[in-house]
Parts: sequence; structure tokens; C-alpha cells
Amino acid sequence: MTAAASREVVVTGLGATTPLGGDVPTTWSAALAGESGARTMENDWSEKYGIPVTFAATIKVKPDEVLPRPEIKRMDPSAQYAMIAAREAWQDAGAPEVDGERLGAVVSSGIGGIWTTLDGWDTLQERGARRVLPMTVPMLMPNSPAAYVSLELGAQAGAHALVSACASGAEAIGYGMDMIRNGRADVVVCGGTEATIHPMPIAAFAASRTLSLRNDDPAGASRPYDVDRDGFVIGEGAAVVVLESAEHAAARGARVYAQLAGVGLSADAYHITSPDPEGKGQVSAMRRALADAGATGPDVVHINAHATSTKVGDLTETRSIRALLGSDADHVQLSATKSMTGHLLGGAGALETLFAVKAVHERLAPPTINVANPDPELQVPLVRDQPSALPDGDIVALNNSFGFGGHNVALAVTNV
Amino acid sequence: MAHTASEILEGLAEIVAEETGLPTDAVVAEKSFTDDLDIDSLSMMTIVTHAEDKFGVRIPDDEVKNLATVGDAVKYIEGAQA
Repeated sequence: MTAAASREVVVTGLGATTPLGGDVPTTWSAALAGESGARTMENDWSEKYGIPVTFAATIKVKPDEVLPRPEIKRMDPSAQYAMIAAREAWQDAGAPEVDGERLGAVVSSGIGGIWTTLDGWDTLQERGARRVLPMTVPMLMPNSPAAYVSLELGAQAGAHALVSACASGAEAIGYGMDMIRNGRADVVVCGGTEATIHPMPIAAFAASRTLSLRNDDPAGASRPYDVDRDGFVIGEGAAVVVLESAEHAAARGARVYAQLAGVGLSADAYHITSPDPEGKGQVSAMRRALADAGATGPDVVHINAHATSTKVGDLTETRSIRALLGSDADHVQLSATKSMTGHLLGGAGALETLFAVKAVHERLAPPTINVANPDPELQVPLVRDQPSALPDGDIVALNNSFGFGGHNVALAVTNV
Repeated sequence: MAHTASEILEGLAEIVAEETGLPTDAVVAEKSFTDDLDIDSLSMMTIVTHAEDKFGVRIPDDEVKNLATVGDAVKYIEGAQA
């Protein structure tokens, strides 16, 4: 396969803070071990507000264990998570020497600084306008994580925050890739973050009947493709990758995890929350990503599915994969890592792209847990319980990320 | 109950330390908020908000610009309690 673009883009750094761990090594080893990040929440939201869900995939390492106090006070949790992940990714990439004018930051959140927004509203109602903190706006704005990462690293080529609900993190990485390809930057730090485990959004997701209500078994609640799945498990955290032009990485002798070879974008234009049941938009996104990577169906060995553990969504995606790949889908190893991490919303697409990069680099697909009884309509071979080896030779992995609003993003990762 | 000047300095130092990460003993009367402590306007307003809460005073926006040093702020708060 050959890269379609003149400037190849490679992945040279990884960072994350997730329900499975405070960094990439801990998160990845927990994922390979099939651990769940979902747990009962330590709060009284159920009694106080009647919220029907008592668990979530909460962050494993709290930011106040990692960040200095002034940063905690000046950043919404969504920006705190992004900053932790970005610093790890940057160090992991070897803190490259790069002109600020050639360095970009693209960090998305699906929802933005909702803790700050709602805390500000509470303060206003309880104590009046003079007690609303002056930092409220720079903390709640959805571009705050991108802006803080840009400030931290001196990224002057551009700081962007693309918003497409649960596809946001993947779209950020696709945009970072475009910045390198079109010559705007040599290095881009990109990813997604979310900190939405607050009673209001949980009540709102519960109202839309999309959350799992398996309160008696948090670790078993996120079960994509299992016949008894009953909704997604809300998660939080961030993942960030360092993208770099292949020339820039080679010139400094950087360690390269994988090539980010293609991006495919589409919109369903079908319904504000439901995926098009025919999956046309999903198929288009995956087809475009493969074409962009110069790859074809037989090259695809692994897909990190969007698979949130909802009745309808999970099957729509596997039908789309089957529609695109036909019999080539028989040799795809499908992983639904939200079974372990929960759904990081705007962080999900970045974390799952990071997982796809690790899978290609280590030739090991992470497992899907909690699939006691696979849905008989599941149309693609699923990696269950144990990680599974990926083949030698040139391989392609896809990450799919879909968002409320009908946003579809597929990213193609290849070995180097 | 009115706070003494040294209590106000101590309380203000805690607020500034919390906002900036500086050690409390760096916050002394002769230090300038902007030149010595590197406090920007948003941080200054945050400090003012917390100081109003802590000492039960009102520091109008017009006064904030006159508070160049930590000592100026202590003096203003001390007077505003009366």
C-alpha cells in the first residue's frame, strides 16, 4: 500500500488519563488484562436527585494527585485531563525540538467545561453575581483544553477544538493529520477529553434512555455485542497523540509507533441522535479512510469499534463493516474497548485511536469483555476476553467514532 | 470582629498562594502584585473575590487598581472593616 498524500504522518507520542489508569502504560496493560474502569460512584446523587444510575467509569487517578494546585483552580476538569495526557504524550515523543510556528494543538471536548458552567450557575443563584469567579469563561469554553495545551507547548501553528459529540476526539486527530499534510505544521499534539460525570448530564443521558442501569454490576454493565446490553456507561478522561511528519520524525531519530495513514469523514443527515439504520454514512467514512490510506479491504485486520453497548448502535456498525468489506470482514478482529473504559464521549475517539495505534505497534488487539452471549446478529469476528495477535506483514487497523448529530469519523492506522 | 493587619496579611498570603502556587512567605507587604508576584488581571479579580469573602469587606473595582502592593491591599482591607 502507498500513502495517498505527499506528506506521511506518523505517531511518535502517546498520553492518556482514563478510568483504567493515570497514564498509557497502566491504561493499556489494564485493557489487555480485560479490567473494567466502571465503579459505583461515591456521591448521593441517586437519593438527592433521583438519578437512576449509581455508577460510572470515573477517572482512575484524580488530577489533584498530579497537577499543581493553581492549575486545578484555573482549569475545568476537562482541561486538567487534557493537560495530563498532553504532557505525557509530549514527553513520550521525546519533547521534540520544533519551531512553535510549526507546532499545532488540536484538542476536542464533546461537551466542554460543564462542571465550571454549572458551578458558576450555582454560585450565581446562591451568592449573587459578585461571587462568580473571573476565570469562569476561560474555564468553561470548549476550546479551553486546546488553548491550554497550546500555551503549555508554545504551539503557534494553530489551536483548534473540533466539536462533533462522541466523534470529537477522532475528528481532532484527523484534523491534526490534515495540518501536517497541508503543510501548516510539522508536529501536532491532538486528542480529546471529557469530564461530564456531573449529576445534570447524567440525568440528561438517563432521560434519553441511553445509559445502562445495571447498578448491581458496574463492571459488567458495558457489554457491547452481548445480547443483554442495555446502554452505555458514562466515562471520563483524555487521550492525546503526537503526530509528526515522517520526515520530521526521521530527521530527529524519533521512535515511531505507527503511521496515521487515512482519515474519512461523513455525516448521516438522518436523525439528531439515531444512526442511519442503513449505515450509509458509516460506510462512507470507513471507505474514505481506506482510500485515503491507499488501502483495500483485504489489508484491514483490526477495527476498534465505536460500539457503546446500546441495542441499536452496536449492530448498525457491524452491518456497516460487513457492507463495506464483504467477505474480507471475516478476517477482521473487532475490539470494543468501551467494554472496559466506559464511554469517554469527546475523549473516546482519541483513546480508541490510541488503542488502535498500540494494537498495530504491538500487533495485539485488545479484548472485549462482558460478552457472555454474543448477539446472533453480530456480523464480524469479535476479540473476546483475551487479547489476540494480529498478523505479520503490512496491516491496517481502523478506528471508528460516531457522534450524536450523525458525525462519522474513521481513521486508518498502518504499521511502519 | 475586625482582623489585625498581620491576620489580614496572613489570610491574603493564603489566598494568593492558593491562586498562584507561590509559597505564603513570598507574599510580603512590599511585593507588587503584577511586577513581583506575576499576577494577571483575572487572577487579581479572583483574589479580590476570595478576600472579600474571607474578610467580610467590599473592594470596589475602582479601588482594585490602586492596590499595587500586598501592603496596599492589607491597608485597604483593614480600613474597610471599620
